Amino acid sequence: MGSLTLENIRKSFGSVEVLKGIDLDVRDGEFVIFVGPSGCGKSTLLRVIAGLEDATSGKVLIDGQPVDNVPPAKRGIAMVFQSYALYPHLNARDNMGLGLKQAGRPREEIKARVATASKMLGLDEYLDRRPAELSGGQRQRVAIGRAIVRNPKLFLFDEPLSNLDAALRVNTRLEIAKLHRELKATMIYVTHDQVEAMTLANRIVILNAGRVEQIGTPMDLYNRPANLFVAGFIGSPKMNFIEAERLGESGASTLGVRPEHITVDPASGDWKGIVLHVEHLGADTILYLDTEKAGLITARLFGEHQFAPDDILFATPQRQRIYRFDSEGKVVA
Amino acid sequence: MSKARHSPWRSVAAHAALITYTAIALFPVIVIIINSFKTRQAIFRSPLAFPDEKSFSLIGYQTVLAQGDFFLYFQNSLIVTVASLFFVLLFGAMAAFALAEYRFRGNTLMGLYLALGIMIPIRLGTVAILQLMVASGLVNTLTALILVYTAQGLPLAVFILSEFMKQVSDDLKNAGRIDGLSEYRIFFRLVLPLVRPAMATVAVFTMIPIWNDLWFPLILAPAESTKTITLGAQIFLGQFVTNWNAVLAALSLAILPVLILYLIFSRQLIRGITAGAVK
Repeated sequence: MGSLTLENIRKSFGSVEVLKGIDLDVRDGEFVIFVGPSGCGKSTLLRVIAGLEDATSGKVLIDGQPVDNVPPAKRGIAMVFQSYALYPHLNARDNMGLGLKQAGRPREEIKARVATASKMLGLDEYLDRRPAELSGGQRQRVAIGRAIVRNPKLFLFDEPLSNLDAALRVNTRLEIAKLHRELKATMIYVTHDQVEAMTLANRIVILNAGRVEQIGTPMDLYNRPANLFVAGFIGSPKMNFIEAERLGESGASTLGVRPEHITVDPASGDWKGIVLHVEHLGADTILYLDTEKAGLITARLFGEHQFAPDDILFATPQRQRIYRFDSEGKVVA
Repeated sequence: MSKARHSPWRSVAAHAALITYTAIALFPVIVIIINSFKTRQAIFRSPLAFPDEKSFSLIGYQTVLAQGDFFLYFQNSLIVTVASLFFVLLFGAMAAFALAEYRFRGNTLMGLYLALGIMIPIRLGTVAILQLMVASGLVNTLTALILVYTAQGLPLAVFILSEFMKQVSDDLKNAGRIDGLSEYRIFFRLVLPLVRPAMATVAVFTMIPIWNDLWFPLILAPAESTKTITLGAQIFLGQFVTNWNAVLAALSLAILPVLILYLIFSRQLIRGITAGAVK
């Protein structure tokens, strides 16, 4: 159980408006990720949902009930923080059980729920240790365990992987995905990392400067970006944007083509250019080309290719994969 | 880089500077203590000499313990210092938490207003304080001293502690709120233990002026039953004759309790129990 509805949420700090009217529906059991550049208001929005910040106006409904005047502990939510935020004076077991203890649950129930969560996360041997005696990954698992034990309607994650190193990040990401499948719980997750967003989410909410730019499944956003911002934000390397005038196209002001939708050929093609730099990644080869017609473009080729700087190449975009944007940045159908 | 830091010359120079400073700071204390164990003639003949068989004498301590009610004075000083310290730390930390944690209208102004007390010496208000104490019937009570010292210590405590409390992780406090801890529990169980080193610093800075103060005990509580140790020691200082043995013995004894309190707090200064709580 756990659906979430946001109705026209606005939030200002003094004269600065951080959230400019956010509407959102999250269905029961969905994994929704808020993603956007830093300062776009995604963390503030999460805090409003948690009740740690009051919205200046607008409504938050959890399971159809308005919770604007309900304190965080009574909203039926659990939150995992970027900095883990474990209680330093309690061991892992008590860290996980504190919320239930505060709610006055019987000791047996707390014990049973902590045991279930610790088994799920493989924390059994660390239960008697204090946060100071745990590694970063273990601490984050205890923090996730603390959220599971509360058996919440809504899980809130605030950049939970940002403090972990790259290898641990991939592992913990898989663990969170597994957790979502096992618990079938509703999860809201904030990150600035589009890889996390693409790999974990059922639906992604792209925020920019306090507004929702687009909501959709990862493949929706990749294949059908609504505007320039989304097109540039999703996908790595970034989409190439070319002024339509340069190419003599009409009916659009900017054309976009993803680096992976460009093919190159040493003999012939649409855009003649010179290689500026080559990145060999093994699985991919990334080419930076200075073309006469289209300017600086990036191309992503699969597999290994032996090109060197100053080589002359012809790049050809896949016609059906070219995106067209009008002068306001909206996609032209 | 690390080579330069471990060079023996630098370490010798640093130690020389520190040892010189320690010697300067300890010199008066040592002179007081060694002279308190000497006869009167020996004090004046060679004030820097250590007591030997001929000059050794406990006459000062005997006078102090026989005359006046020194245990009572000690007790008064301790009650006043510990009670004031307790209230300064409690109210100072609470005010600092409010200033650091909550957004409300006039937050900055309130912080400045509370810090103003650091710049204005409380002794300027002695006459008004005395009138206040007379009017409320608190003259010659320890309560009067505790109230004044609490007021005296609060500005610095609020100032230092609010800076430290701003550094306590917001995530930790928010985690507590989501787990249903009350603001009081968050304050006492999560935030206070994390600012313990700052509390110890404030405690040391607050404690020593209170213990050493002569001004307010003399004005507000000069009665025999409420004398503090510094005021009590003055009975041996006469206009024409001063009983140096007794004065030095009384001062030596007065160092002890504050030294013990300092040792308790300095352990907290060093201890870093909070490592690993966040990040």
